[in-house]
Amino acid sequence: MRIAFGMIAPDAGTIRVRGRPVRFASPSDAIAAGIGMVHQQFSLVPEMTVAENVALGGHGRYDRQQVAARVLKIAGRLGMTLNPFTKVRELTASERQKLEIVRTFAHNATTIILDEPTAVLTPADIGDLFVQLRSFADSGGSVILITHKLQDALAHADEVTVLRKGHCVLNAPMISVDETSLADAMLGRAQDIQSPLQRKNPVQSRIVLELKNVSVLNDIGVEQLRNISLQINAGEIVGIAALEGAAKPLLRLLAGRMAPTSGDITQPLSVGFVPEDRLQDSVIPNFSLIENMALRNSATHSGRLNWPEIRNTTADVVSRYDVRTSSAHARMADLSGGNQQKFVLGRELNDRPELLVLENPTQGLDIHATAEIHDRIRTARDEGTAIVIYSSDLDELAALSDRVLVVGKEIATTKPDRDVIGRSLLSRMT
Amino acid sequence: MTAELALFADSVVRAVPLILTGLAVALAFRAGVFNIGAEGQFLVGAAAAAATSIKLASFPGVATLIIALTSGAIAGAFWAAIAAELRRRFHVLEIISTIMLNFIALYLISFVVRGPLQEPTHIYPQTESLAEAARLPIIMPGTRLHAGIVIAIIVAILLSWIFRNTAIGFRIRAIGAGPRAAQTAGMIDVERLSWAVFLWSGAIAGLAGAIEVSGVTFALYENISPGYGYTAIAVALIAGLNPLAVIISGVFFGALETGASALQRDFAIPSSIAGMTEALLILATLAFAGLRNRSIGLSGNER
Amino acid sequence: MSAFETFLQGTIRTATPLAFAALGETVTERAGIINVGLEGAIIAGAFGGFVTAGFAGTWAGFAGAGIAGVLVASIFAFFTIRLRANQIIGGTAISLFGLGLTATLYRQIYGATGAALSIPTMGAMKVPLLSSVPLIGSSVFEQPPITYALYAIVPLVWVWMYYTHAGLGLRAVGEDSRAAAAAGIPVRRTQFLAILFGGFLGGVAGGVLVIAQSGSFAEGMSAGRGFIAIAVVVLGRWHPLGVLAAALTFAAASALQYLFQAMGWTIPYQTFLALPYVLTLLGLAGIAGKARPPGSLGKWQTLD
Repeated sequence: MRIAFGMIAPDAGTIRVRGRPVRFASPSDAIAAGIGMVHQQFSLVPEMTVAENVALGGHGRYDRQQVAARVLKIAGRLGMTLNPFTKVRELTASERQKLEIVRTFAHNATTIILDEPTAVLTPADIGDLFVQLRSFADSGGSVILITHKLQDALAHADEVTVLRKGHCVLNAPMISVDETSLADAMLGRAQDIQSPLQRKNPVQSRIVLELKNVSVLNDIGVEQLRNISLQINAGEIVGIAALEGAAKPLLRLLAGRMAPTSGDITQPLSVGFVPEDRLQDSVIPNFSLIENMALRNSATHSGRLNWPEIRNTTADVVSRYDVRTSSAHARMADLSGGNQQKFVLGRELNDRPELLVLENPTQGLDIHATAEIHDRIRTARDEGTAIVIYSSDLDELAALSDRVLVVGKEIATTKPDRDVIGRSLLSRMT
Repeated sequence: MTAELALFADSVVRAVPLILTGLAVALAFRAGVFNIGAEGQFLVGAAAAAATSIKLASFPGVATLIIALTSGAIAGAFWAAIAAELRRRFHVLEIISTIMLNFIALYLISFVVRGPLQEPTHIYPQTESLAEAARLPIIMPGTRLHAGIVIAIIVAILLSWIFRNTAIGFRIRAIGAGPRAAQTAGMIDVERLSWAVFLWSGAIAGLAGAIEVSGVTFALYENISPGYGYTAIAVALIAGLNPLAVIISGVFFGALETGASALQRDFAIPSSIAGMTEALLILATLAFAGLRNRSIGLSGNER
Repeated sequence: MSAFETFLQGTIRTATPLAFAALGETVTERAGIINVGLEGAIIAGAFGGFVTAGFAGTWAGFAGAGIAGVLVASIFAFFTIRLRANQIIGGTAISLFGLGLTATLYRQIYGATGAALSIPTMGAMKVPLLSSVPLIGSSVFEQPPITYALYAIVPLVWVWMYYTHAGLGLRAVGEDSRAAAAAGIPVRRTQFLAILFGGFLGGVAGGVLVIAQSGSFAEGMSAGRGFIAIAVVVLGRWHPLGVLAAALTFAAASALQYLFQAMGWTIPYQTFLALPYVLTLLGLAGIAGKARPPGSLGKWQTLD
């Protein structure tokens, strides 16, 4: 799709728009050809306003009022409310998505590509979205929906194409396929993806982490968490569902990377942390695997470093976690995302911490790496580690968690069921 | 004393301040601290050493020398601390603040050699000469090669050992190569460690100034540094920020500048060609690093 | 002329090259690139202006200065954008290179003694009517014409930055280059052009030093102005008008020596020489937390 939107040039083959072959040197060419893209992330400038973001890519004089009026008009037509003068960083995830859609319409798109649009939306918003897409399609537009949510595809699409490992393995009208055949095509083998995996051991009653009336204020005094109390037991997986921005402080608090402004927190000494932004927060890309291994707990090391021991530990983790690499001396940047993440998981679990905190651990990973990571998480749980996992993918939370905490400024507990979580999140938004 | 040996000795003499300031820069850059202020730190170190040497003329020679070198290091650390504090408290980019401090140091020296520390006849803008006993011993008779080279090599070996073998050396490398990961995954207090490295870097540069006064010039005057602190950047980068390689790089640049002076003297080729060559070398290193798609031990991102 | 008028005239005189350089750097930094090689552009412009004015007159001299600045900046652009080198190190290298190259060329072409050769200079020109305005007229409107060019360029850049789509695009690139790319803005080209523009104005700044002020070239005559300009950009909060105001403030501080001399206060002259640099430090500290730099300044965000 990035080729379709002009972000990457194809090495072979042709692109045709309405029968005419075209070449896109950049996204502005694609936009000019009537193709609009609603991205998964990183496509809006947070410091700029709604109107400015819509105006990006235009030509000539820039008239703020004119753009604002246009935004209001389009939003109104689509049944949305958007204030053209708010800065994007103040918008919620679903508002940003609406903005992206307004933007594609502002550029007179006739084809809209949506990249995993429902990952951060509540069920109500998802319903609205598909209603708008359907009416757009009915009036002659084309919609390309990239998704791994089979339900969404089956319910709304007219035609389906399945890509696996860069090849097209299936292309058919939607009425001729069902969930099983889609799953088979995607995974390459028959998989029962519906039944939840059974726990081996019951949740232990030993409390590993406890928060009592904890509040967190950020450095400009804004309250991020208010009076949170919770307990995490050994051997359980607690899922965190949250609106964007609310989970980060809580996770860092749990992982011991942030101190509470008030309240009590009882934490284990050893906590493993797998943050979302792996290349910035978790590993040093230019360092070798061995050096990245030394990173864990490096603040507590003193005196001489025992490199031979660290080398052995690295080799051990590489083999136990099936990290595909040429050697332990390889640069972290040379590994694939999935292997990097497996390494990080192995590193954090290596000294058998009592608590493991994960932040969107499988984001951006392919289906196989995701499955491997999920397996490791379950194994750690079976060995008695307490696990807290935040994911913006509600299905992942539902599949892994024993219970789910829904976090706004306060916390509520729900069952690990997708719709229940979704509804609870929605009620927190209003 | 052959001409070649004399030239070699001269190159090494020239190399001592380059090696030490190069080490100061390499240390800082490794930690992600862009200390462009080695020049100013060198100058205040030289001033502190001159001042203590002269004021403490009554002490036994070796004691004076040690105190002078130490005060030079402390002065350099202090000068760096100004920029370090500005960075810590006010998020002032250290590349700007250290350069500003370089200029301030320059004018400070100008004031000092015309005022409080001026030589007794009050004619020349310089301090009086250091007593014989307060000077660094010459280690190669017949040349100007002084014990400072030994100090420089020791510091280089020490830094190299620290980087390779110690936990703190690893942490310093980590905060330079991946500050956020160092903080989040390594639980390292990046701000505190950068601050400390900044001061140590200043101390080494200040020591360089103290050694130059105590071993070569034996007095403080205005143009005591022909830009050592800036050349140090080239020295450090060409050496890939590796302390042992800085020794070689420093000697190389020392030879370049000695040779350039000779070229100007004998063939009227501008000695500024050395400066240009150095800059070209930095660019070449950058190009090479860029083509190989590796950074020189630093992340390309701002902290 | 009263002491105040002398002070004001000195202020504007000092501010002119600073403002040119800072304005150019503002555009560069608004595209997310910090160019510490600005010093190299300035000294290159000084030398280029010196050489060109010598055989082609003052305005041609300024053109030559600007071109010299562009050439130096283009080297920086190549390293930073094409090779993705670290901006700080690359910029420092460019500054060193510029200083070394100009010194070498000057000695080569004009002799190793570095004798002060002179060229046609641009003198002050009174603006009819306006120069008679009481108090400020004799200084604001009695400057070399290049200063009047500055008066015109600042609002032009301002309008371009905030009232055209191209300017909006520039600001988007500087805030979040990934988002800008997704919106179809050519990020690398924008940054490249921004760097060149900054180099051009930096070169002009150097030209001002030589053609409109000293009348000759001296090695290292940029005297750290490139770095002060970077501080001026911060103090001016990356806004063309703010940057002009900040440049004037700086210049005013160093022009204070005239006022002090007139009032008969004897202070070591080094104080005034050091004052701009001290002020830079204080100003940068003072602005802390109140000014937000462009989001992607100094970073390299991947475009994919």
